[in-house]
Amino acid sequence: MGITLRFAWRNLWRHPRRTWLTASAIAFSATLLVFMITLQLGAYDLMIDTSLRVYTGQLQVQRTGYLDKPQIRSTIPEAASLAARLRGAGFPAVATRAQGFALASSGSRSYGVPVVGVEPAHEKEVSTIPGRVTEGRYLSDVRAQEAVIGATLARNLKVKLGDELTLLGSGKDGSVAATIVPVVGIFESGNPELDRHFVQLPLATFQDVFSMGSDAHAIVLSGLDLRTLAQAATRVEARLPKDQDLVLRHWEELLPGIKEAIQADMVQNWFTYIVLIVVVTFSILNTFLMSVLERTREFGVMLALGASPYRIGSLVMLESTLLALLGILIGMGCGSGLAVYFHFEGFTFPGMAELYGQFGLPGVIHSKLSFTTLTLGPAVIFVFTVAAALYPALRIRRLTPVEAIHAV
Amino acid sequence: MERMTDNTVVLRNVSKVYRQNAIAVHALTEIDLDVPRKDFMCLSGPSGSGKSTLLNLIGGLDRPTTGEITVDGQRVDQLPKGELARLRLHKIGFVFQAYNLIPVLTAIENVEFVMQLQGVATAERREKALQILMEVGLEGLESRRPGELSGGQQQRVAVARAIVSEPSLVLADEPTANLDSKTAENLMQLLVHMNTEHNVTFIFSTHDKRVMDFSRRLIKLRDGRIVEDERRQ
Ligand SMILES: Nc1ncnc2c1ncn2[C@@H]1O[C@H](COP(=O)(O)OP(=O)(O)O)[C@@H](O)[C@H]1O
Ligand SMILES: [Mg+2]
Repeated sequence: MGITLRFAWRNLWRHPRRTWLTASAIAFSATLLVFMITLQLGAYDLMIDTSLRVYTGQLQVQRTGYLDKPQIRSTIPEAASLAARLRGAGFPAVATRAQGFALASSGSRSYGVPVVGVEPAHEKEVSTIPGRVTEGRYLSDVRAQEAVIGATLARNLKVKLGDELTLLGSGKDGSVAATIVPVVGIFESGNPELDRHFVQLPLATFQDVFSMGSDAHAIVLSGLDLRTLAQAATRVEARLPKDQDLVLRHWEELLPGIKEAIQADMVQNWFTYIVLIVVVTFSILNTFLMSVLERTREFGVMLALGASPYRIGSLVMLESTLLALLGILIGMGCGSGLAVYFHFEGFTFPGMAELYGQFGLPGVIHSKLSFTTLTLGPAVIFVFTVAAALYPALRIRRLTPVEAIHAV
Repeated sequence: MERMTDNTVVLRNVSKVYRQNAIAVHALTEIDLDVPRKDFMCLSGPSGSGKSTLLNLIGGLDRPTTGEITVDGQRVDQLPKGELARLRLHKIGFVFQAYNLIPVLTAIENVEFVMQLQGVATAERREKALQILMEVGLEGLESRRPGELSGGQQQRVAVARAIVSEPSLVLADEPTANLDSKTAENLMQLLVHMNTEHNVTFIFSTHDKRVMDFSRRLIKLRDGRIVEDERRQ
């Protein structure tokens, strides 16, 4: 092995400039892939985190059928005290919500809207909406007779701060649910859907209006590490009462759109990556082919000495593999350097903050560091490069000694 | 059959026709030849007379159009490719006119290369390679690359490599063609020495009169036919 490896290594350096150029092409594409993949996955994490933070949270306790059919009757009994117990067990952000449907009117206009009852003190921990009140203030107390509404809805209803909002719906028991509350705050969540039709009331007020007693529809959990969410979920599940038909929903179930959007984006990005890789592979194939063709005579001598074409092919494969490894290692080094830098410093470009701000996203992406993000791209390039080397290596099988020796 | 075993090489009615487009080139026509063990034979003849073709056929680098070729009891014209490679590896050494050596390997590595293909253990092959390089007069130059050696020295490495694994037959196609006459003479003396010391059959080709004079048997080729077969002492 020693002599073969040395042999291959020296063959690589017969044309140092060509070898460096080829290694650079591999290194460059590997660097680019590491940079793009770590950034892309960093962006996904950001997207997930930001989307979940707006309103949905990471986990929600619900009645079993509630996700598919959100009926007002599918409730969690004594929800606020269950939430308090979870808080006591060390979960950092837990809030109770109840949700119904009502006709919201003000003066001459009416819209059918979802109405949510929240715990003002805890809602801040699981949702960014309380922090995004642009006019007035957020709900003050769980028993207060007041409402906050989305900015678009406010505009559509022609409601201003302090105006009264009439809500008319049906309660849990089928009775009429009606109330008149002043609007104390208007929010812009960054999510157009929420801003267009969303009314929040304090939880106790909601429960009174909708005849819910102390029932609610969801206990929202947030502030957990998404990488260890499964373990956290198990700990939550262990604390749920067994006889109340409750389930714990994960964010993937609550917001299936994110996962789908990410998968679609991933496919699109990989298409780009593969195009890049194929282009690089073909330029490398050209180098490999050249280095084999120019050594035809030498291979002829080796064949005459009794070397098998397989042996010579292996030598060529070894050379290509060494070259690929050289490029990959340099590329992985540079790529990891970039990724580490942008992991800590964050990646941004001029105008990005404004652009992303519109969607409620921060203007900085932190590259995601993990074994996969740092090695997947280079590994794929490596596989493609070595596959490209197979072609010239297999061509050697067609060499006949006499022709090879007569080649110049 | 009896007689065949005394011979390293036996050719019976061997012809080689190259077809280039529609034209048939008769490179060799109806060659019969017996080369006894330890012979030191020279193929001579003008350029294009078929010397290289004959050496290539004997060495199994190419196949005859018709006829039988036996080397060391094995029918070279019938062996499959893999077997041919094995025969060359263990039984036949080659020395070509020029560019014999692998340029990125040192002199000793070039010699070791063949033994490595044969599966000889590292320590043994190093020792043998050193020994043979000393024998061809290249002591101290073992770790030079071909580019750092003169033409004559390169040919000596090639001879060392051809002989190191004690083959039955060494084929040398115009080994002195690129050397000046003094160097050529030295190389021929080396070949003679190898022939007597290592019990190896030598067949070499040349069109240089002084080189022919080293042979013990001189065959003259013309237009692919043997026109003279002369024993000399
Ligand atoms: N691969 C080939 N294709 C066609 N003709 C060839 C080939 N090799 C040799 N020949 C022809 O065969 C004849 C003998 O060539 P060769 O054996 O090389 O002669 P020598 O070595 O004595 O100069 C020449 O006419 C040459 O042109
Ligand atoms: Mg010739």
